[in-house]
Amino acid sequence: MTKFIDLTLNGISTGAIYAVVALALVLIWRATRIVNFAQGAMLMITTFIASSVIDSSGSYWLGFAVALASGLVLGAVVERVLIRRVEGGPPLNAVIVALGLLILLEAVAGMIWGNTPRSFPPAFSIQGYDIGGTRVLFAPNDTFIVLVVIGVALALTVLFRWTSIGLKMRAAAFRPEVARMLGVRVGRMLTLGWALAALVGSLAGVLVAPSIFVGPNQFDPILVFGFTAAVLGGLDSFAGAAVGGILLGLALSYVSGYEGSSLVTLAALVILVAVLMIRPGGLFSSTQERRV
Amino acid sequence: MAILEIEKLTTDYGPVRAVDDVTLAVEQGSITAVLGANGAGKTTLLRTISGLERPTEGRVLLDGEDLLGVRVEDIVRRGLAHVPEGRGVIAELTTEENLRLGGLWRGAETAALGDIYELFPPLRERRSELAASLSGGERQMLSIGRALMATPRVLLLDEPSLGLAPIVTAQIMQLISTFAGERGLAVLLVEQNARSALSIADRGVVLNVGRVVADGPAGELAADEDLQTAYLGF
Repeated sequence: MTKFIDLTLNGISTGAIYAVVALALVLIWRATRIVNFAQGAMLMITTFIASSVIDSSGSYWLGFAVALASGLVLGAVVERVLIRRVEGGPPLNAVIVALGLLILLEAVAGMIWGNTPRSFPPAFSIQGYDIGGTRVLFAPNDTFIVLVVIGVALALTVLFRWTSIGLKMRAAAFRPEVARMLGVRVGRMLTLGWALAALVGSLAGVLVAPSIFVGPNQFDPILVFGFTAAVLGGLDSFAGAAVGGILLGLALSYVSGYEGSSLVTLAALVILVAVLMIRPGGLFSSTQERRV
Repeated sequence: MAILEIEKLTTDYGPVRAVDDVTLAVEQGSITAVLGANGAGKTTLLRTISGLERPTEGRVLLDGEDLLGVRVEDIVRRGLAHVPEGRGVIAELTTEENLRLGGLWRGAETAALGDIYELFPPLRERRSELAASLSGGERQMLSIGRALMATPRVLLLDEPSLGLAPIVTAQIMQLISTFAGERGLAVLLVEQNARSALSIADRGVVLNVGRVVADGPAGELAADEDLQTAYLGF
């Protein structure tokens, strides 16, 4: 029973991180109708930057802030310089550009920071809470992560559903030409979408870094898990992405605890394929299939 | 005076000349119908006016100011709204979101929405439903209502009768005629349905393979049988 509780708690905290990555993917999807496979590499870069800042300044929160700011800038630059050229073309073009960017960023990071993974400090204590004399597998840092996920999911939902900027971003994503005829500055909306998504991605990077270390290829599985979580929740829903992340975290935690950790990635891919075959719109969506 | 002037406008799609040396003017508070068969260049003419296509030659003047080089998203800010052909509504947004979108650039608020619902009562009933669920007539009302949210002085309408039942077409035409009369709106109306367009238009222009082949008062065009059999398929 203790094992089950520990696995559940562990599933929630790791799932919350998948949820943040999923939120970033959903955000880009909703803002530009592109699945950003370079998301993992982009958050790797911003986490490396945070790591360098923390090392030289000694302040965790300064590194945290710099990571978010650099995410914002990186997202905007990537959209302006690379993605702008393939927007409106066949979706495959954007996917290939994103994959190219992934390889490029990983190579560049290896050249700058080296290929040996380095440790990264957590925001709060990772010493589990003491409940009735036993330490549970859930620490103040995990509480922080779960609160961040809930906060980000709520903020993005409000932004997209209730604000004028959100309405313009959705219009720009669905029908760019019509949106322009209605006076929406579509280019600006797309840049904003990428900047915000990269900001959320960089948040996921600093949250996950303490448990996986920072290295050029260290974040690849996180992208796979985040993508699975996003598909699980339906690519169009922020709440779905958050819940999908937690569900995936739980499932993988049980697989890892009861069957062995070597099966985790395989289990994630099985879940991804199963969802795509049985409910391609995600667990919570009522819409039909979509193109990726 | 003419609020919208089109001078010697020519637009090419690669080797194909879609609009060929077209000159016309639309007076404030009047309706000009642009008629012609499929492929006559009517839609391209509208797309060139609103900046979606670049003309090879010629110019478009709004209130005497050249629109060439003005970005699409800025043209609506100058007072020209374009209701595109067919499915111009954004199906993934609700009726009300579509409407609000039309007035966002000028910070239009709830009062403006009320005006549109007054004009098109069916839209009020379906305000929170996705535009995808609207009927053809309701979509057309939504496209026109959304354009009016921008309080334009010139309205370009591309085939408002497309796919609509005759009785719905008649209602839409009646409304367009009212806007021009009461709000002083200049309307450039592109139609394949020449009979209903000429019934409300002040002036008619007939295009054939991109060129103007007739231009005159609507009544005269409606009475010209040779023209009708040659170009309008009455």
